[in-house]
Amino acid sequence: MATNDYVVHAPGFVDSKSPKIVTSRFEHRDSFTLKRYEATDGYSALRKTIRKSPSEVAKDVKEAVLLGRGGAGFPAGVKWGFLPPIWPRYLVVNGDESEPGTYKDRLLMERDPHQLIEGCLITCYALGLNTCFLYVRGEMALAQERIGQALNDAYDAGYAGKNILGTDVSIDIVLHWGAGAYIVGEETALIESLEGNRGMPRLKPPFFPAAKGLYMKPTIVNNVETLANLPWIVNNGADAYKKFGSEASPGTRMLAISGHVKRPGVYEVEQGVVTFRELFYGDDYCQGIRDDNDLKAFIPGGGSAPWFFEEQLDLPLEAKEVGAAGSMLGSGAIVVMDSTTDMVKACLRVVRFFARESCGKCTPCREGTSWEEKILQRINDGKGREEDIDLLLSIGSQISPGPYPMAAWEEEGLEAVSFPPKQTTICPLGPSSVAPITSALRRFRHEFEAKIAEVTV
Amino acid sequence: MTIADKNANQVEAVTGVPFTLNGQELVANEGELLIDACDRNDVHIPRFCYHNRMKPVGMCRMCLVEVDTGRGPSLQPSCMLPVTPEMKVETETQVTKDAQDGVLELLLANHPLDCPVCDKGGECPLQDNAYAYGPGESRFVEEKRHFEKPIPISDLVNLDRERCILCDRCTRFASDVAGDSLIHFIDRGSQTQVNTFPDHPFASYFSGNTVQICPVGALTAEPYRFKARPWDLEATESTSTVDSSGARIVLQSSQDKMIRILGLDSDAVNWSWLSDKDRFIYEANNSEDRITQPLSKQGQDSHTKVRLTAAVAQTVEALRNSRSDRIGVIGGARAPLEGQYAWAKLFKAIVGTDNVAAQLGDCLPAPLLLSLPKTTIDTAFAPGSTVVLLGSDLKEDVPTLFLRLRHAVMEDGVKLIELTSRKTSLSELATVSIQLPAGTVGQFTTALLSGTASPLKSVSNKVFKKAAALVRGEAPVSVVLNRPNIAESPRYVADAVGAFRQHLPAAKFLPAVRRGNTIGAVEMGLAPGYLPGGVRLQSNFASAWPSIPEKAGVDTQGILQAAAAGKLETLVLLGADPLDDFPDKALAKKAFENVATVIAVDCFFNESVKQSDIILPVAMLGEVQGSFLNLEGRLSPLLAKVTAPDNAQADWIWAAEIASGLGVNIGFETLEELRSEISATVPAFADIDWSKLHSADDGPVLSSDRTWNLEFSEVASLPADPGYGLRLLVDHKLWDQGTMVANSSSLAGLAEDFYVRISPEDIRNFGLTKSDTVVIEVGSLSAEVAFVADARVPVGTLWAPVHLAGFDIRSFISLDTPVSFVRIMSLESTDG
Repeated sequence: MATNDYVVHAPGFVDSKSPKIVTSRFEHRDSFTLKRYEATDGYSALRKTIRKSPSEVAKDVKEAVLLGRGGAGFPAGVKWGFLPPIWPRYLVVNGDESEPGTYKDRLLMERDPHQLIEGCLITCYALGLNTCFLYVRGEMALAQERIGQALNDAYDAGYAGKNILGTDVSIDIVLHWGAGAYIVGEETALIESLEGNRGMPRLKPPFFPAAKGLYMKPTIVNNVETLANLPWIVNNGADAYKKFGSEASPGTRMLAISGHVKRPGVYEVEQGVVTFRELFYGDDYCQGIRDDNDLKAFIPGGGSAPWFFEEQLDLPLEAKEVGAAGSMLGSGAIVVMDSTTDMVKACLRVVRFFARESCGKCTPCREGTSWEEKILQRINDGKGREEDIDLLLSIGSQISPGPYPMAAWEEEGLEAVSFPPKQTTICPLGPSSVAPITSALRRFRHEFEAKIAEVTV
Repeated sequence: MTIADKNANQVEAVTGVPFTLNGQELVANEGELLIDACDRNDVHIPRFCYHNRMKPVGMCRMCLVEVDTGRGPSLQPSCMLPVTPEMKVETETQVTKDAQDGVLELLLANHPLDCPVCDKGGECPLQDNAYAYGPGESRFVEEKRHFEKPIPISDLVNLDRERCILCDRCTRFASDVAGDSLIHFIDRGSQTQVNTFPDHPFASYFSGNTVQICPVGALTAEPYRFKARPWDLEATESTSTVDSSGARIVLQSSQDKMIRILGLDSDAVNWSWLSDKDRFIYEANNSEDRITQPLSKQGQDSHTKVRLTAAVAQTVEALRNSRSDRIGVIGGARAPLEGQYAWAKLFKAIVGTDNVAAQLGDCLPAPLLLSLPKTTIDTAFAPGSTVVLLGSDLKEDVPTLFLRLRHAVMEDGVKLIELTSRKTSLSELATVSIQLPAGTVGQFTTALLSGTASPLKSVSNKVFKKAAALVRGEAPVSVVLNRPNIAESPRYVADAVGAFRQHLPAAKFLPAVRRGNTIGAVEMGLAPGYLPGGVRLQSNFASAWPSIPEKAGVDTQGILQAAAAGKLETLVLLGADPLDDFPDKALAKKAFENVATVIAVDCFFNESVKQSDIILPVAMLGEVQGSFLNLEGRLSPLLAKVTAPDNAQADWIWAAEIASGLGVNIGFETLEELRSEISATVPAFADIDWSKLHSADDGPVLSSDRTWNLEFSEVASLPADPGYGLRLLVDHKLWDQGTMVANSSSLAGLAEDFYVRISPEDIRNFGLTKSDTVVIEVGSLSAEVAFVADARVPVGTLWAPVHLAGFDIRSFISLDTPVSFVRIMSLESTDG
């Protein structure tokens, strides 16, 4: 079998030996049912929550330093504090997971929907609001179905809706099915879409959701995994939470590993403790590169992230360190490429994704990404020109001016450029298309040049 | 930030925001966008998507500049960024230039190089910016994006998606400004395109604005396509005479032919927006059916060309041979103010008749118009104020005023109370929307302003109280007034106005009349009983006027009644078509059958002109100089750009020649002399500097202070329904069979065919079966007409627009009853 035909399907959750905060119920076949959830301590955090004052709950979350798991890694407790004292205000849950390589929120929604719902209810209570919108990616039919059922059960059992658990607290959770657009994972585009408009990002400032969000009202947008952590934090306290992970990044993260490893899948991993090397080669985790090939490159945080190489393997899985090293942990999607990988093709594949998913709003992204794709396609088809390499970099600098974030390359004496990139666009989608280009061209320029030299007449 | 805020701020920086622009310390206005602050300081920033009359979107990225707000310089779109204190802005740095050059190259990547055959070539922002920014030569060697070349998105607008740079101007205009969300972005990435939904064309009354604001040649107007190159066009600023808003326009001509009209950004009036009627009406100027020679009637249906002197002589003879009180003059709203004055002087001071009426009975009566304390659009729609819409759908009568009112309600927190004959285009946005059946507006408004409970069953006390609290609240109240219903006596709406004058004397009015220079006409004395300046007939009027009619004359209804009774010898039509426009069709017909001589001063044949004995061709918009008085009483210039064809000439010149034929010098030989006389005769014009009228941005608003009011007796009562079941509601559509629209080739086809509409509830009430037609009946008249269920129509009302093809609803209107009733039934039920 030719290696190129090797296709890895996402195998789902892999049970490593790491502590489990959000995947504790995944071992049960009926983990998504209310019965199982209640039998495993479910909704006990909600009961505790409504006995406290909202500000106490918010304080606990702030102390736990719960970093957002959607990509930016901003502390949820701090984000909550940005809400001005204006009502109505809304909680919007970003379940539009679609970063290439990411599929951890899908598992959380499919396999433990009640944990997410409980997280939403805790957040709503802490923020003194009573309407939550759960925006779930359109393609995730099973997640949609399971959340729908879980919501019905939670309403029937009195956990959600009017007078929760007999108190005067009332919270509604509205399930919204996305229409299928990567860009809607960007929070302001998600809000536009939720309002019934075409999913296109709004400029921040002035449209910071916390100030002018859904229907121009203060809005908190949180990721699914972020909220799924809340029941555990409420039940066990901030101190217990901070015992996991590193000081800067407490707790665990769900990481979705795909590509050329022996055991791809979603792992719940302590933040800042495990390194990439352990993750790829450790027996508890991916168990090595397929066919025991050499590692060529890996994307540490989804398609938008600049690539890492052999030298970065010993970095811990921690947002700040990865950022300083020139990339990002992003949404926790790691794509591994072994020595057999055609870097032009890999680059083309990622760029094509961004070109197809550009919402069309900002000129540099709309025109630039598709131009990049066309050039890469041409090079890959054996119709490249010598000047195309500089042209690619030049178009990249029109979308993302200045030195683009990238990993250090000691061999060549090149230093890391830290994340994030500068941008001429509203959102980071366009600049994301530059990541594979600068990453691949910096390290594997010869592969591009070889394809160009082979020019077919 | 809203546009009104911005306007307010444009005056002068009161509390300034200090910032640094390219090293220079400057002060911005509070909340001012960076791009505006740069414009004001003569620092140019390139842009495509930004438009000063719409909310910014930051989409094209062309206006990126380096901004440092204390965290180091970064590229920011200057169109989205309000200036903040101590902001440091660099618009000339290499980083800025690289960003702008980069965006321009990317915009051109997929843009076709068809400038030589593009209408926009020569006046294209993309073309202009491509000279100043970007690499000059494209590095894009791939195949460009392809779409089907222009697709019509409406009858008036074509869309070339290959040229589109997706700036969101047209789509923003359609949804945010016009409220006609009919064009959208579809698809994504570089395949993103603007398009309509299938079977939902961009049928907006305002579609032409998108062509004007398109920064490339993606949107082109069907009437202008391939007609001219921008560098061949000559231009002058003028004013639209299509309705009473007096929208400011730019007239463009090529080879002495009117070729295009653009909206002029007048702060006080139309903010650069025009209705498609304003924009494309110039086609009538170039119509082949234009009357350009004096004509004399020969036999039943034909006219022959006569010499100009002969036509004047025939006119003079007809006037001389008629007893002065047996001469009637109808029309004049079409003419410039100067022409209106000249006609008034000719007929009132020289011929000696007071039977002079610019109004055709389908609008607001002249005494009512003259009695209104007027306000300006800016004052009426100021943030936080309350507006009462008293009448009918503004969008159909004065569309540009509709846009201003819509903006005020949407963006500036203006509260709208509707007291209208049916639901309108603004009902959804109104704080309170009340529909009043024919004959009830006076009684209801009186109760609203003075009473405690709703006098109508159809209006709940809750709604009534909400409206009453608003209208009697703290916020200043203005009334936008138009005719609610042509099939209802204007007496009722006059009663409503009277209620405001009595109970809420601070309320000011904007009379949103449909016909162009109507306000000018009544101010210049084209109304029975009045002289220029709204002065009542008085013998010692002005030294320039040799005499004044002794006896007060009659209005159009009176003139037509006299004619019908054989008591009128000569009827003069100043651009009026009573046979098509006067509400009582039968009366108008009888009048024409019995009058001896009809003289028409017009540019087209319509039903009335066809029956005229003498026809004098008159110059149109863009062919004569003059001025226009809009619904605020704002005086703005009408400028000549092209020569009037053949023997068509200005109204005032016809008036002077006829006077001369009568052996009297009218008193002025030039437009300047005529204007001096107006200034000397009419106090409101005393201080007007006519020579500066053309250079003024918005034009002076004339004081309309009057020392007298309309006298109101008791509120008119409502006649009983003779058992017909429905009250007739007749109003206008923007597109109808009016003379000007019918003679503008691109607009002529836009009028719908006639239909009647009743509420879904009445369809059940009257047991109508599902059918496309019904029978309507009044007395011995009955007709089978198309009908549609329409929830905008109040229960108990039958809505029928006037002047559409297929059926003339005026035959169902009788002036004998102040409210017209009508019966409706299924076709089957009439068979048995």
